[in-house]
Amino acid sequence: MAKATRIPRKAQVMESLCVACGCCVKVCPMKAVSIYKGIKAVVDQKLCVGCGKCAKECPASVIEIREARP
Amino acid sequence: MKKRWYDYLWILSLSYLILGFFNILFAWLGLFCFFTPLIISVVKGTKGYCNRYCGRGQLFGLLGGRFGLSRKQDIPGWMKSKAFRYGFLIFFFVMFFQMLWNTYLVFAEAAELKQVVTLLWTFRVPWQWAYHGELFHPGVAQFAFGFYSVMLTSTILGLFTMILFKPRSWCVYCPMGTMTQLICKVKNKERLL
Repeated sequence: MAKATRIPRKAQVMESLCVACGCCVKVCPMKAVSIYKGIKAVVDQKLCVGCGKCAKECPASVIEIREARP
Repeated sequence: MKKRWYDYLWILSLSYLILGFFNILFAWLGLFCFFTPLIISVVKGTKGYCNRYCGRGQLFGLLGGRFGLSRKQDIPGWMKSKAFRYGFLIFFFVMFFQMLWNTYLVFAEAAELKQVVTLLWTFRVPWQWAYHGELFHPGVAQFAFGFYSVMLTSTILGLFTMILFKPRSWCVYCPMGTMTQLICKVKNKERLL
């Protein structure tokens, strides 16, 4: 039987629309999000567990929880 | 999450708005919210002010989040577009310079002090109860009335979008936020559009 592969779901930022306000950084329980040079939010894909708190908080709604293919 | 001292700066923002009802000269303190983000972005090249210290953002977060005064809906696409954000920044700038011009006229004694707070750039609300007199040049008070108008107007807009959309939706089109992000982009040689 083929082994079922599960693709993990993680936060993805639509960077061009990010306002770098930092709301996502404040709510992330894993400290996986940081603001890169005041320009955009960057998610550390290794730390992200895909909980979706940042996506819910983001005032611009530019974070999505999507399947992250490595 | 452990609270830090800067997580309580919303108290200062709230006090600022309240103090303006008692003595308009307190409005000058608002210049801190103007220069601190600019200095941080120019010197450090980050949006550290927005990310940590912005008391107004915290206030919206608290009212919309903890107090549940927000519908928590997505902000419409056009409001997060660069065209709207940059356009709003330019509009804010024009209005700000008009306010500075009015202040100059009073300093130059070419115009009388107007004891009004102009809300949403349109509605002139009598505010004479917060002006107590002759200690400084009337121009000092004129700037205070003008600056407080800017602060109260942006708070009203922010509260309005807080209720309609996410708590901190003001942050999406906040002129200071847009400006500091632009400074960071220029500093780090990132594309602007």
